[in-house]
Amino acid sequence: MATASLEQRENRRAWGFVTPALLWTVAFFVIPFIVMAAISLATRKGREIVMAWNFDNYIEFFEKAHLLKGLFVSLEITFTVTIISVILAYPLAWIIAERVPQKWQRMALIMAILPFWTSYVVRSYSWLLVLAQNGVINNTLTYLGVISEPLELASTRTAAVIGFVHFFVMLLTLTIYANLVQMPPNYRRAAADLGANGFQVFWHVVLPLTLPGIMVGAFLTFVLCIGDYITPQILGGNNELALPQVIMLQLGRRADFPMAATLSIILMGVVTLAYIACARWLKMERT
Amino acid sequence: MISSRFAKLLSWSYLIALYGFIFLPVAVLVLFSFQDGRLPVPPFNGATLKWYGEVFADSRLMSALGNSLIVAIGSATVACVLGFCAAYALARFVLPASRLQRGLLISPMTVSYLIIALGLLTTFNWIGVSLSLWTVGIGHVVINLPLCFAIIYASMGDHQKNIERAARDLGAAEWQVMTQVSAPMLMPSILAAFFLSVTFSWDEFIIAFLLSRFDVTLPVEIWSMLRSGLNPKTNAVGSVVFLVSVALLLILELIVFRRTAKK
Amino acid sequence: MTAPVSIRNVSKIFGDFTALDDINLEIAAGEFIVLLGPSGCGKTTLLSLLGGFLSPTSGAIEINGTDMGDVAPAKRPTTTMFQDYALFPHMTLRDNVAFGLKMRKVGKSERHAKAEELLDMVGLKTSANKKPHELSGGQRQRVALARALAVEPDVLLLDEPLGALDLKLRRQMQDELKAIQKRVGTTFVHVTHDQEEAMAIADRIVVMNAGRIEDVGSPETIYMHPKTIFTASFMGEVNFIPGTFESATERTISVKTPLGSVELPEFECSGFAPGASVTLAIRPEHFRASTGTGPRITLGKAKVEDGSFFGTHHRAHLSPLDYPNMTITAHMPQSAIIEPGAWVELTLDPTTVVLLHGHPPRPTQESATL
Repeated sequence: MATASLEQRENRRAWGFVTPALLWTVAFFVIPFIVMAAISLATRKGREIVMAWNFDNYIEFFEKAHLLKGLFVSLEITFTVTIISVILAYPLAWIIAERVPQKWQRMALIMAILPFWTSYVVRSYSWLLVLAQNGVINNTLTYLGVISEPLELASTRTAAVIGFVHFFVMLLTLTIYANLVQMPPNYRRAAADLGANGFQVFWHVVLPLTLPGIMVGAFLTFVLCIGDYITPQILGGNNELALPQVIMLQLGRRADFPMAATLSIILMGVVTLAYIACARWLKMERT
Repeated sequence: MISSRFAKLLSWSYLIALYGFIFLPVAVLVLFSFQDGRLPVPPFNGATLKWYGEVFADSRLMSALGNSLIVAIGSATVACVLGFCAAYALARFVLPASRLQRGLLISPMTVSYLIIALGLLTTFNWIGVSLSLWTVGIGHVVINLPLCFAIIYASMGDHQKNIERAARDLGAAEWQVMTQVSAPMLMPSILAAFFLSVTFSWDEFIIAFLLSRFDVTLPVEIWSMLRSGLNPKTNAVGSVVFLVSVALLLILELIVFRRTAKK
Repeated sequence: MTAPVSIRNVSKIFGDFTALDDINLEIAAGEFIVLLGPSGCGKTTLLSLLGGFLSPTSGAIEINGTDMGDVAPAKRPTTTMFQDYALFPHMTLRDNVAFGLKMRKVGKSERHAKAEELLDMVGLKTSANKKPHELSGGQRQRVALARALAVEPDVLLLDEPLGALDLKLRRQMQDELKAIQKRVGTTFVHVTHDQEEAMAIADRIVVMNAGRIEDVGSPETIYMHPKTIFTASFMGEVNFIPGTFESATERTISVKTPLGSVELPEFECSGFAPGASVTLAIRPEHFRASTGTGPRITLGKAKVEDGSFFGTHHRAHLSPLDYPNMTITAHMPQSAIIEPGAWVELTLDPTTVVLLHGHPPRPTQESATL
């Protein structure tokens, strides 16, 4: 009676507040996703899309080498980038957290991620300035007499990896730093007090405690890297295409929406697998 | 003693080396935006502001800049309002399946922008919506809404719940509680969400690229400039974008985080 | 400005947990009522029902003769002062205090004048332009009081308002709260788990336990003549001596205890049948009257086990000669010399002994062996 009406009134009000956001997400995220999944089961006849409701596109993906290769190129680049970025970023975060005086740490961190705020497109372009045939590196090396012929740096997989690593080192430095400073200092004091040397403290205490944070950062790197089109397109060139490049190719030149949708669903499947692996690992770690 | 000094030397060298790596492309970008010559590569021929002049004289670039600002501010505002209302409802009231609702609202964060863009593109094609700045804005709200919701939801503590109860107890109607108590009280996190959204939208390429047609945003316009290869004008526009982003960041740092730190 | 409150047969059930079980209470206009009890006893739930933040599962609440039904908090003639003060962090003290008036569409100059008047009353007139984070805990508490009173409620509900303050400040604020209540005349309903606080400020104390009212009365009555074992033990330190009701004459009643038969002057002892389980409740300070005049009874000799000095008295643990397993806590005079092993006489004024139904719920080791 009285109870119900008071609480019902409140509930009705609460639904009013949350519904617009839910509707937005359903209308412009969930439904498009379902539409895309449906289109991936269609075929293209000329410029027409015909709903076939079969898995021909998925079968085609595994049969055609240039499509399948896109996935492998993406995976190789992504794993390389994730590993190199973690290895480079961890010491940097550690040095900022441990060696840089307290009052300068915030400044050091802001500086370390400042180029993060350049436009994503421009950042890839600026690596082109550095790596191009007549770019900064080739120019400097030629000037110093180290090389006589310019190196082939731009439009290679290496260039794409460098461009990615540059971005993700900044991102990971931020997340790992946050993890390091969150750790109560007493853990390390206790370990040192019990006779562990600097390396042992790091290996047995600091690293295991920061590992979950690193995994989350690495997962983020994986997701953002594997889905990115700009960096491989600008820096990687057209010799070997990453999956997002293949997807854009289907859209642009061939206007093959069904195949683009299929490849997107596959891309999302890979990300989901990575997510499940990461979540399971974190859960194991906790128990 | 020696080993500790060595370790110190090593860590400082590493720090400097990585900062060098991080800043190298940006430094090159900005330096050669002043290049007095046709190619933004060494040798540096002397400084000129001519390329900046060209940037500001380029009506396509300027209208793209205007479009970017409109889309960024518009989509960030919509995302903040929707995110705030949703966070308010889920943090302050007991709703059925609230975990599911939170999961749904956050879910776009876990999907690549490319996929979000492609989904919207196929859907808009299907129902016959023509592409414009509006469709770009819709896409940007989709990616920024989870961010705004998560940031604002995380800042809603139980202590504030009592403050809102007090306001209601003193006679405030629900909209008065929201506009005069909750929103001002949560202003630091709302501003943080807003500025982050603006930055993300401002910098976003793939959604803006796929969902726009004639009116494009700045990253898309820069992208089309890249076809002409290395060009100091591209350096100049990149430097401008960088400075605007850093300025936004500084505002965020000074206004929002300083204030939160004080409290 | 002030109004009576009547709570009739109110119950509140959350799922399968009964938070309040058939509560009946009449509060007079202008009364200072304290709801006292341990955490989980339902006192805060009752306050939330009065404030309109919860609705009763059954029963009715009337304020000033009007049924509150499911009237929203904003529409009730009540305001609540929250435990964490719940001050608006982004507003000045003036705006905080004036908020309720603003919601009632009172003009700016008028509500600011009223806010300043109230800030003056709580001694914070000069801080009107400060923000809450610039204040100390006690000052915030005063602002919360001023804010709640600014809308001139008929009933002010206070939810453990002194809980976050340190002891010294709490005692000082108690006095101020009491003085302000006398001045404004508003009905105060105050929730606390601190029995000293309750005694210091209340006109009447309502002792609650497990969703029920255990006892209602003035601080003196509740302390000196508790109606239940729970009240007696909650209101301060007490010795329970379990026994059996033997007989009653016109003048005296007789109770058999492990320390011998005790003769008590007859007072309200209705409902006691010979053979019933009863408990004698004796406050430690009542053992002190051993040398005074007036009626005296004795519980025999007891040996001092240990003692410690508390300033106003010595607190000693004694073991009675007749039943050495029992431990009696007694307050001895400041000047007494407490030496373990010494023997004292357990003398007291029989009118200070309280006779209660039943035995203590968790039998102490001593009485278990009875």
